[in-house]
Amino acid sequence: MKNVLATRWGMIIVGMVIGILASLLQFWGNPANMGICVACFVRDITGALGLHRAPVVQYLRPEITGFVLGSFAAAYLFKEFRPRLGSAPIVRFFLGVFAMIGALLFLGCPWRALLRLAGGDWNAILGLLGLAAGIWIGTLFLKGGYNLGATHKTYTSAGWIFPITMAGFLVLMFLNPKIAGEPQSGVLFYSLEGPGSMHASLAVSLLVGLIIGFLAQKSRFCTMGALRDLILFKQAHLFTGIISLTVAAFVVNLVTNQFNPGLMGQPVAHTMHLWNFAGMALAGLAFTLAGGCPGRQLFLSGEGDGDAAIFVVGMIAGAAFAHNFGLASSADGATPAGMIAFVVGMAACLLIGFTMQEKF
Amino acid sequence: MSNIIDARGYSCPQPVIMTLNGIRKIKNGDIVIMVDTDTAKENVSRAARAQNWEITDIQPENEGYKITIRKEG
Repeated sequence: MKNVLATRWGMIIVGMVIGILASLLQFWGNPANMGICVACFVRDITGALGLHRAPVVQYLRPEITGFVLGSFAAAYLFKEFRPRLGSAPIVRFFLGVFAMIGALLFLGCPWRALLRLAGGDWNAILGLLGLAAGIWIGTLFLKGGYNLGATHKTYTSAGWIFPITMAGFLVLMFLNPKIAGEPQSGVLFYSLEGPGSMHASLAVSLLVGLIIGFLAQKSRFCTMGALRDLILFKQAHLFTGIISLTVAAFVVNLVTNQFNPGLMGQPVAHTMHLWNFAGMALAGLAFTLAGGCPGRQLFLSGEGDGDAAIFVVGMIAGAAFAHNFGLASSADGATPAGMIAFVVGMAACLLIGFTMQEKF
Repeated sequence: MSNIIDARGYSCPQPVIMTLNGIRKIKNGDIVIMVDTDTAKENVSRAARAQNWEITDIQPENEGYKITIRKEG
């Protein structure tokens, strides 16, 4: 059967659906220009679980669970579920850690960079340029023979671990629901103010997550791949997806009065251009070395890829470090500790890129 | 004589890079590429077509695919 969603028009439609739903999620309660941000939402989940204690970013975002379970459903429906693992897990773990630290230096993953642009936050332009620069460095390594080795087929149950974990998060949320005015409910933390306190209803968030997870698994939507394939192969297939996402979100933002152009006072953003660029350059390099943007890693985890799941676990650890060590930026800008973390992260990623090459 | 590229276990972009390296090496003829995910199958096919190679055959094999691409000399 031909995969309609993997055609050019399929990709355009998937990008459009994601853009529309992301903008609507903002309208329905998610933070501004953050309808969907995989890095921010994984960071919020880390906070909800108490692995970091930054009180403004704690919420067990159901969108992320939806992404994984939607992809899981699509993979089973279309017989694409392939339990696999074993391609340099420790390396992928640290790529996840540094990808998260880079993203939190900028304050967003590539998805949010596009949504920030669609909302008129021009600081995102520096972030997107940094993302392209990081991916470009990654493509040089790919041309030099960089790869993390082959995966191996594994037990079906091993491929189920991550989807079950995500479903478990949802159960935790049902058992420990948000209580108005309370920062904690059972084992879970809930922000009372800041971005973590802003969210669409659980059902809406979960449903949107499932829809996007399903479509993205089938279409192979990837924001890093979009730029990588353009640079490496001069191929614009995935790129059409991110353009259509941005245009769709922009149009819905206009209609719903969520478009506020400018540099200053943008929601959950700072104006340190150098660090917006640098943060996303680090994230972009880490995504390229790991083979996917944070969204794509979630979709791959849903179709049985244990290595992608390890990257996501790395992102959770990275988010914990970022907030416990004060590496994450805020509206005031990047922190001195964050700048040091950038240097460490860049050094680690370059070392990985230079030393893990083989000739085909 | 056909050339065989075993890209099983590799995630993208590796199968595409391996295919393009193969195309560059032999210029024309037949190449067989083995992949184990639908994503790799789609990406390899798309990349081969972009280089004006023809997809002559796609066979399911061991939970993966054997893709044959050809360019007349």
